[in-house]
Amino acid sequence: MSLFSFLNRRSSAPMARERLQVLLAHERAQVGHSDLVGLLREEILAVIARHVQLDQDKVNVTMQRGENVSTLEVDIEIPVTASVRAA
Amino acid sequence: MAKVIVVTSGKGGVGKTTSTAALGAALAQRGEKTVVVDFDVGLRNLDLVMGAERRVVYDLINVVQGDAKLSQALIRDKRLETLYLLPASQTRDKDNLTAEGVERVIDELRKTFDWIICDSPAGIERGATLAMRHADTAVVVTNPEVSSVRDSDRIIGLLDAKTKKAENGERMEKHLLLTRYDPARAERGDMLKVDDVLEILSIPLLGIIPESMDVLRASNLGSPVTLADVTCAPALAYRDAARRLAGEQVPMTIPGERRGFMNKLFGRRAA
Repeated sequence: MSLFSFLNRRSSAPMARERLQVLLAHERAQVGHSDLVGLLREEILAVIARHVQLDQDKVNVTMQRGENVSTLEVDIEIPVTASVRAA
Repeated sequence: MAKVIVVTSGKGGVGKTTSTAALGAALAQRGEKTVVVDFDVGLRNLDLVMGAERRVVYDLINVVQGDAKLSQALIRDKRLETLYLLPASQTRDKDNLTAEGVERVIDELRKTFDWIICDSPAGIERGATLAMRHADTAVVVTNPEVSSVRDSDRIIGLLDAKTKKAENGERMEKHLLLTRYDPARAERGDMLKVDDVLEILSIPLLGIIPESMDVLRASNLGSPVTLADVTCAPALAYRDAARRLAGEQVPMTIPGERRGFMNKLFGRRAA
């Protein structure tokens, strides 16, 4: 039995390689995206704040990765009392 | 012109300190004035690997804080007059390192040395980012093993984001140093091959250091492996890597790959 399993033992390096490739593709995308979303949030906020008074915490930027398309969702809550500056 | 190198990896125990000492000594052997700097504050070990642990009086933190002059903290190697060590502090903690202080010390070292080799602590925290901050070139030390490769990938990301060069929009030069490589195991399919790691990390290869007893023996003796036994396989591999760092074209060999049948049977001593 032990001799049989020794002969049948498959090499492990290809498995390591495949697991790393999948994992790192995922992790690189994640790290990149968290930076991108943070950056977008800052810049969108800056642009809107030039015209409308905003509560910094009421701005939500999320990104979702689909197979073919990714969606960027920007959700900004503007208070009724906000003074809209004339452009 | 002085060149600042950071030896980094993310993961601990892959051979950063060994590689710093070996590359530093190999560069100094070329007659170029070299200093190896230990950034692992609180857990210094470069002094021990260099065999200078009993000669440490002042350290990097003392210099950063102005308690000692740089010339007082530098320890000249007893074997090579072109090789110097700047030790880390063992008693203080890493919060004593400031970005401005480190920059001042590196700038001062640049005036007198050809090579400044910074031994980074493990991890991705402050100590590691300070060690890489002022580097011109990075040597990413990686073992052919999944967790080491993953952490190296993370460190490569940091090198492209958190260094002075990256912030100035310049390209950070990065090289892979594959350590503890066992060609026989890779050939059997039980270890990631050189090409596998290169394809995954996609940075140029600086050298392949074979797994060897000689590395442990050198650290037991308190000597960089390139000084302990200049003819052993890891010493030759490190010397070639140092030559490549200096811009020479050296053909890449995989040490010990062509082992004959008799060697496989009886030549396990080095494996």
